[in-house]
Amino acid sequence: MSEAQSTEKKPVTYINTPVAVKYDYTAGKATSDFMRAVAQGKILGNRCPQCNRVYVPNFLVCVQCAVPMGEPFEVPDSGIVLTFCIVNIKFYDQVLEVPYVSAYVLLDGTDLPLMHLVQECNVNDVRMGMRVKAVWKEELSPSLESIRYFKPTGEPDAALETFKEYL
Amino acid sequence: MRDIAIIAFAQSANKRNEQIYNEAEILAPVAREALQKAGLKKEEIDFTCSGSSDYLAGQPFSFVIALNAIGAWPPIQESHVEADAAWALYECWIAMQADESINTSLVYGFGKQSMGSPRDVMNILNDPYVETPLWCDTISMAALQGRALIDAGLATERDFAAVAARNLKHAKSNPKAQCKGDFTVDELLRSPTLASPLRKHDCPPITDGACVVILAAGDTAKKLCKRPAWIRGIDHRIDVQAIGRRDLTRAPSAQIAAEKAGVGAGKVDIAELHALFTPQDIILRKELGLASDCVINPSGGVHQGNPMMGTGLVRFGEVADRIIRGEANRGVAHATQGPCLQQNMVAVLEGK
Repeated sequence: MSEAQSTEKKPVTYINTPVAVKYDYTAGKATSDFMRAVAQGKILGNRCPQCNRVYVPNFLVCVQCAVPMGEPFEVPDSGIVLTFCIVNIKFYDQVLEVPYVSAYVLLDGTDLPLMHLVQECNVNDVRMGMRVKAVWKEELSPSLESIRYFKPTGEPDAALETFKEYL
Repeated sequence: MRDIAIIAFAQSANKRNEQIYNEAEILAPVAREALQKAGLKKEEIDFTCSGSSDYLAGQPFSFVIALNAIGAWPPIQESHVEADAAWALYECWIAMQADESINTSLVYGFGKQSMGSPRDVMNILNDPYVETPLWCDTISMAALQGRALIDAGLATERDFAAVAARNLKHAKSNPKAQCKGDFTVDELLRSPTLASPLRKHDCPPITDGACVVILAAGDTAKKLCKRPAWIRGIDHRIDVQAIGRRDLTRAPSAQIAAEKAGVGAGKVDIAELHALFTPQDIILRKELGLASDCVINPSGGVHQGNPMMGTGLVRFGEVADRIIRGEANRGVAHATQGPCLQQNMVAVLEGK
């Protein structure tokens, strides 16, 4: 095989085919209700009539019982840190300075934790069972970013037995 | 081989643009209705399989979100096909044949086409090197097929319009129909072409919707349903993807699937065809060997509503429903995927 031929048979390793498709998402009934409430500084949950669990955010169907959930109602914006992690890794587009705490916050009277941030304390002081409360932004919008983060209240920690079933 | 039947079917109303409820929320009441019709609790379903497309939803793993609607906790035995849910039904049928501990299956499909531009979205499914960059959309491809039929002298634009008129007339008795009405061929032919020779009435509507079918085997089916719609034959075949390599006036894969499913072994009372475009109706009737006394698309077919990724499964449900109600004895359900009838599934359902 001559050199010219072998050059011709180089594999095509790259083609450029720009593809863009636009979508208009449908948040759904439950998420829309939740987001409208957040824009008013409220957190909504709802209860399954069969297993009695309270979901946060409110949901249309109980994922366990597959029955329609009850009417949404406002739940407290305070609760406990169920579990958490300290983020030490930097990644592209990161908004927060490391280290920071991502936590599962179990709001009082609810059965599904909400994922959010815990701040206004040293990351090493965050504990399972620690009492926290939401710190809201001045300007509210239909986004969970309306809650800046959860901060410790200083109240005594919840005992492990009281939240063990959620772990 | 075990005897397996469709014992229940439910579907949402076909809507052009459902803005309040998302996919899981559309699906949830449909799944409850199907279970209620079957007389089963969700815990009594042995296997679940769904069909949907992440391209259509515009998000990865969208089918996992839909699982919330059917109550997948404690963990269930579940699978998903990135295909029309008729292929999910096929997977359930195989699973039930292979594993005798699976006596009941729940199949569901859903699609919310209104969120994107289906013509463009479907283009991404084409060959990425030579077809996708051309943005050859579904309607243009179907128009090539329609043109091929006309050029071969096998059909006219009047024949296409007659298919649409028949579907829209049948749709009048379908409470879930999105499009229906009495139209004459002349009226339809006065509308402008979208992609010559196809007009709006030759194309499927854009639909948001979901559907659920419940399968049961042998004695379980007999116990739960007075007159189950037994799947007496089912087969699917595929042609090459590139439409340039095919004779577009034919669908050989549909013909083979029909033969393997045993369509010709008896009189066919009704047939529901997943013919997205009217020329495909003409091709399929021929390939499936359907006689002139067979009622085609009693539901109004795809032209009354096209909840994409569920549309093929709806064909099974519509045939089964009529057998369960005793309105038909033997029916044919057809489902398709890919451009211009590339892949075809054919099933024969019987009341006895």
